[in-house]
Amino acid sequence: MKHLRRSMIFLNSNWLLMLLAVVSLLAVLVANLLSPQYLQSAIDQGITPRNLEAILSAVRVLLLLAVMRGVFSFVQTYVLEKVSQNVAFDMRNRIFNKISELSFTYHDQHQTGQLMTRVTSDVEVIRGFVGQGLLNLIAAVVTVIGVIIVLIRTNWMLALVELASIPIIFALIGVFLSKVRPLFAVAQDKLGALNTILQENLAGIRVVRAFAREPFESARYLGMNNQLMDVNITVNKRASIAFPLTFLTVNVATLMVVFVGGLMVINGTMTIGTLVAFLSYLVVLIGPIFGIGFLATSIGRAAVSAERVFEVLDARNDVEDKPNARALGKIEGRVELRDVTFKFAGAERPALDGVNLLVQPGQTVAIMGRTGSGKSSIINLIPRFYDPQKGQVLVDGTDVRDVTLDSLRSGIGLVLQDTILFSGAIRDNIAYGRPDATDEEVIAAAKAAQAHHFITAFPDGYNTIVGERGVGVSGGQKQRIAIARALLLDPKILILDDSTSAVDAETEYHLQQALDRLMRDRTSIVIAQRISTVRNADMIVLIDNGKIVATGTHDDLLRDNALYGEIVDSQLRNDGAPVGAPTEVK
Amino acid sequence: MAQRRGGPPGGGRRMDISSIEYAAQIADEKARDTRTTARRLLAYLTPFRSQMGLILVMILLSAASQALGPALIGYATDQFIKPNGDAAGLLRTMAALAGVYAVGFFAARAQIAMMGEVGQRLLSSIRVDIFSKVQRLSLGFFDKNSAGDLMSRLINDTEVIQTFVGQALVQVLGSIFALFGIILAMLIQSPLLALVSFSVIPVMLIMTRVFSVWARNAYRRTRETIGDVSANLQEEIAGIKVAQAFNRTQAGQQEFAKRNDANRQATMSATAITSAFQPLVDVLGTLAVAIVAGFGGYLAVNGTVSVGVLVAFIAYVQNLFRPLQLISTAYTQAQASLAASERIFELIDSPVDLQDKAGATPLPAVKGEVAFDHVSFAYDAGKPVLDEVTFVAQPGQTVAIVGPTGAGKTTIISLLARFYDGSEGAVRVDGFDLRDVTQASLRAQMGIVPQDSFLFAGSVADNIRYGRLNATDAEIEAAARAANAHEFIANLKEGYATRLGERGGGLSQGQRQLIGIARAILANPRILILDEATSSVDTRTEALIQGALSTLLKGRTSFVIAHRLSTIREANLILVLQAGRVVERGTHAALLAQDGLYADLYRRQFRVSPGAPETSTPSLN
Repeated sequence: MKHLRRSMIFLNSNWLLMLLAVVSLLAVLVANLLSPQYLQSAIDQGITPRNLEAILSAVRVLLLLAVMRGVFSFVQTYVLEKVSQNVAFDMRNRIFNKISELSFTYHDQHQTGQLMTRVTSDVEVIRGFVGQGLLNLIAAVVTVIGVIIVLIRTNWMLALVELASIPIIFALIGVFLSKVRPLFAVAQDKLGALNTILQENLAGIRVVRAFAREPFESARYLGMNNQLMDVNITVNKRASIAFPLTFLTVNVATLMVVFVGGLMVINGTMTIGTLVAFLSYLVVLIGPIFGIGFLATSIGRAAVSAERVFEVLDARNDVEDKPNARALGKIEGRVELRDVTFKFAGAERPALDGVNLLVQPGQTVAIMGRTGSGKSSIINLIPRFYDPQKGQVLVDGTDVRDVTLDSLRSGIGLVLQDTILFSGAIRDNIAYGRPDATDEEVIAAAKAAQAHHFITAFPDGYNTIVGERGVGVSGGQKQRIAIARALLLDPKILILDDSTSAVDAETEYHLQQALDRLMRDRTSIVIAQRISTVRNADMIVLIDNGKIVATGTHDDLLRDNALYGEIVDSQLRNDGAPVGAPTEVK
Repeated sequence: MAQRRGGPPGGGRRMDISSIEYAAQIADEKARDTRTTARRLLAYLTPFRSQMGLILVMILLSAASQALGPALIGYATDQFIKPNGDAAGLLRTMAALAGVYAVGFFAARAQIAMMGEVGQRLLSSIRVDIFSKVQRLSLGFFDKNSAGDLMSRLINDTEVIQTFVGQALVQVLGSIFALFGIILAMLIQSPLLALVSFSVIPVMLIMTRVFSVWARNAYRRTRETIGDVSANLQEEIAGIKVAQAFNRTQAGQQEFAKRNDANRQATMSATAITSAFQPLVDVLGTLAVAIVAGFGGYLAVNGTVSVGVLVAFIAYVQNLFRPLQLISTAYTQAQASLAASERIFELIDSPVDLQDKAGATPLPAVKGEVAFDHVSFAYDAGKPVLDEVTFVAQPGQTVAIVGPTGAGKTTIISLLARFYDGSEGAVRVDGFDLRDVTQASLRAQMGIVPQDSFLFAGSVADNIRYGRLNATDAEIEAAARAANAHEFIANLKEGYATRLGERGGGLSQGQRQLIGIARAILANPRILILDEATSSVDTRTEALIQGALSTLLKGRTSFVIAHRLSTIREANLILVLQAGRVVERGTHAALLAQDGLYADLYRRQFRVSPGAPETSTPSLN
């Protein structure tokens, strides 16, 4: 609830629109309350005494009121939607901005899908409630109260008869929702399960066929299908009573009004026109009452969504610029880890444990070790994707926590393990880190990254659209685009995670050349997978269980260090590693 | 009322199915052959003939009660409700009215319950028909239709039918009857006033049509823009680390805000249309009341109609609009659901090009001799993928298949598993032509380990058990041990009971492969087909996989699309494929000595210069 109240701040900038909505709302209300009065006078003064003049004048007013109601209810609906869209717009932007600034620690712990839901469906639910539901709720309450006052003032006895139906309708809606809603959820789950089976049988058809498991799958599917059908039939049975019952309530109210009101007319205490007006007011009442009933039940959902949204908005960002952070000037390229201990959030043991490392400008350092030894932690600390719990990371002698993230990261080029390309032209992907780069610079970077050749082979060349909706590029091609992207920055420090690469031999050769080019004249810190990189490195850092266990050149380590031998050997023993398919040579 | 899912971007807001918003978001499409499709959809209803009859009666009853209500009130107003009127007469009429309402209630309830059940059963049988068809379609079909597309189409289409049959149909029938009832009641009570009142109907219909078209176009734009927002969002969040690394977060925020704003604007244009509609209908309704009151008042003054009739007419015209609106929405919906049915029927009718022969016999337990006898094959006529392929593999032999991409390697193993039939020649196992035996008996003796092992949502144990459904837990663990998978499985949170996400989510590719191997070991097939993965895994897992594979290959006739040098070297027979033909065959040593295509491929792939020792320039990865 607290969070739902907090969501109201998104209404702040919309107060003028809301005022307009409230004014329109009142106008509609007035029209709604007046119409039955004129219908009444049309009957009492016009139809009953057979006075055409009176009929026509009442009808004119009725039409006028209808037009007024039409105009204002249009304004009201439109303005409310505008408010709710503004709320959604602001909320989405704020959440997205927050998400895009949160540190790697946060993103390690939250999946894309989860975060997407916050920005899409949760915002949608809150929008529905804060932007529309709330004002509609007010409108409904005001309308109901207005009608009740008019009714009581006209004829309080008949009013009581008419209003008796309201609590009954509320009770019915409540009972219905509490009985049927849980079942809706069950039905939803079953449908999800059924669709998963279908999905698996479509996507995994080869496995199903290969193991001749069709009967098994059929049984699975039929079973779930029957369960789903049974739940749906039950839901339907329970639901089947609700709507007829509410209509019955309305009908009974009508009947009572006609009967009691009729008796009053017979007694001469009331006119026919008033009776007809009462019946019209019943119609005016029913809509808002249903509205209130359903809105009241959606508060719970909105509260949950609001909580989830604020969970993101309130999330603490553990990597942020210090208040007095300064820009890191021109970088020379000296990188130092001083007694660094680092633990991933939620991990039991530290990924790095008291690591000291000094890399001089222009050096190439290869980091080697088993999976999970802490290799990637080192390269993630330098651009300050995480902060260590103990110790310092220094670039040119300055603690990275004392400088702005922008200035630090713009001096560091990164080629990550999973190359991610964004939807858009290849050119834009290469210029990702420097959107103002000229075409010549982009092409030069692509050439140096050995990517120019395959890029120009696409019909659209550098304008070829890649990413989700674009053409497929192979893993090796992606990697070369990523190398070009890093080259274009011309960074003094290069960080390269080369630990997996799914490429064939020819691509491998090109990549090798691109990488050699990339590492020249820079401080390069590489998680190495290629023997040539290792051989050419100025220093190899061997890391195991979060500690640096040895440093030296390839030959030194091969001679002196058993673990290094094992790591190299495990890759050489079978002639290695999946080198790539002999079959992919074109 | 059945639940409605995956609806418009309204996102969880309840939507009145007679509203213009709703109508605008139904796909605007028509079945090519409306009649046949409708007849076929109706055929699904034949088992429920008696229920349908009963439902019709109920709909009729509830419509009649809706029409009778105002008539009775009007009658009471005329006859009894006047100063010094007849209270006893009023009571009698009200008792009748109570009876009418009660009948209406029970009829409505029975109708909703029965129709819901019929709708669910109909949908369930359509789903079963789809599924059993999916199971019989040949793999050629799945090559042409991506699983994702197929899936979303099927889900969408059944949903459209569900909404129509489960909800709209009843409401439409109800509306039609109610409309008839009201029109009939009006015509009986005052033909003249009735005809004049009807003048608003065409205006209403035209207005609905025009607004639907406008709204539909506007909503298309809304959908596109919200799709843009989510696509952008998905990509930005997935690539957030890169964005931060390259200082692009602000640019990303601006880009997102831009798309977000485009969506807001598109929604507002759509809202302008839809929020104008209801007030207009409202005005039109009042106009109708005004016409009735004005013209009816004139008639009343003349004494042609009674006050009671006039009061009833006011109620009637107010009730006239909703059914009209519903019917016009439902028409679009009916079209969409017929189009959806047609697509489903097309799938159900698509020919099955590969099925067991009439007299197919089960394949007895085999030794594992596999022979290709002049086999040719083409996916598309005129473009042969395999051309007269002939070879024999002896029981227990390992055959490595190598060659450039597109040479036909995958086709050979697909024909062996009889996922397709060759266009010429024959594939034989122990001398049995594959086309003469049942597919189930063939595949029961065959194991397949694909490049990326497909895992099902379920526990790890279930996934291994897929190889042999009656395997005990001990056997599963033994298979996992043999596949070098036990260690990592035991380290999972709940060991073998750990539930995997869809497609084995939560496991690495290497781990998925180990489970795929365990599955094949458990199945213990005589013939094994293996497509070695090209994408790499870390070195430790790689070693585990290699160890597991050599366990798996032992003692079986194995066909391997080979990428690992070790596998190729140890093969009893290497088939070198090029453009659908076997161009070289023999052992590794023999083929190297031959110094042909294989030797060339080998040297380029493993970068071994001629004459140099093989391990001289290995690549670390």
